[in-house]
Amino acid sequence: MIADEDTITGFLLAGVGNVDLRRKTNYLIVDSKTTVKQIEEAFKEFTTREDIAIVMISQYVANMIRFLVDSYNKPVPAILEIPSKDHPYDPTHDSVLSRVKYLFSAESVASGRR
Amino acid sequence: MLGVMKARLVGATRGHALLKKKSDALTVQFRQILKKIVSTKESMGEIMKTSSFSLTEAKYIAGENIKHIVLENVKNASLKVRSRQENVAGVKLPKFEYFTEGETKNNLTGLARGGQQVQACRAAYIKSIEVLVELASLQTSFLTLDEAIKTTNRRVNALENVVKPRIENTISYIKGELDELEREDFFRLKKIQGYKRREIERQRASAKQFAEEQSAEKVSLQKGISINSAHNLLSAAMQKDEDIIF
Repeated sequence: MIADEDTITGFLLAGVGNVDLRRKTNYLIVDSKTTVKQIEEAFKEFTTREDIAIVMISQYVANMIRFLVDSYNKPVPAILEIPSKDHPYDPTHDSVLSRVKYLFSAESVASGRR
Repeated sequence: MLGVMKARLVGATRGHALLKKKSDALTVQFRQILKKIVSTKESMGEIMKTSSFSLTEAKYIAGENIKHIVLENVKNASLKVRSRQENVAGVKLPKFEYFTEGETKNNLTGLARGGQQVQACRAAYIKSIEVLVELASLQTSFLTLDEAIKTTNRRVNALENVVKPRIENTISYIKGELDELEREDFFRLKKIQGYKRREIERQRASAKQFAEEQSAEKVSLQKGISINSAHNLLSAAMQKDEDIIF
């Protein structure tokens, strides 16, 4: 999970957080001090870890490392872009959703023609 | 060889039909998932909004430092995701489901004040995780299916446009060659037959001539003169006789 502090807090409250023996967390809190490089590294680490099936990433964070998110195309772990509290959710930025929308509109056009 | 080729064509046709069916089935599944993804994405926005709002409520009542308590209390994930596989037309789709395991360490959070709000907030976030997990599994199957459909379509097209025409060409070539051989054979037979017939006719003609000569000989013998001698006489008459002056 890569998101801002509030979202992380919420999800940790629900119990998704995990800290292993080396104090390694399965989440990264992104604030104004976090650099893009840190986010990139976290993203790479989370997508290659065995015990992670879903990577949740705040949309504005995903926009920071858009090239990485877009170039990632493996089914597991799944990348989920979640809306964050102080950034409204914009479906056009979501890589998967844009593809879905594209296919959907193409399909509806095709079915409309039929 | 022709038999082998024909068997291969039949196999290719059957494979093509099967793959086509598979691709159709996958496409049906794909469209269902597409529709579900769109609706779930939309509902996700709503649910995230409510959970964020409940977090704000909890923060307002329990104070700012609840954040730090929560962050400190993280030990082990109590809410985990399990993945299992679902089989759609030979394509394995991962399906995620979440389950809770063990106690959360946050039970004492908000003991001083705002405990109810904290619990509500927790419930809201668990609910949003539920939606997110569902969305994740949908998204994963979307990607997997997309890939599977692509490969299946590629195979269908390869069979239809490359393998089948090639086999058909080979078969037509073999057939043409066989026809050619057959025609050659036929022609040769005809030719031999013609030779034989001509030979027989010639023999028959010579036999007939011989028989005629024989019968003429017989007739002349009855008359007393051999036809040969008569012939000779005639031919002798034709020759220049020394005794005849004019």
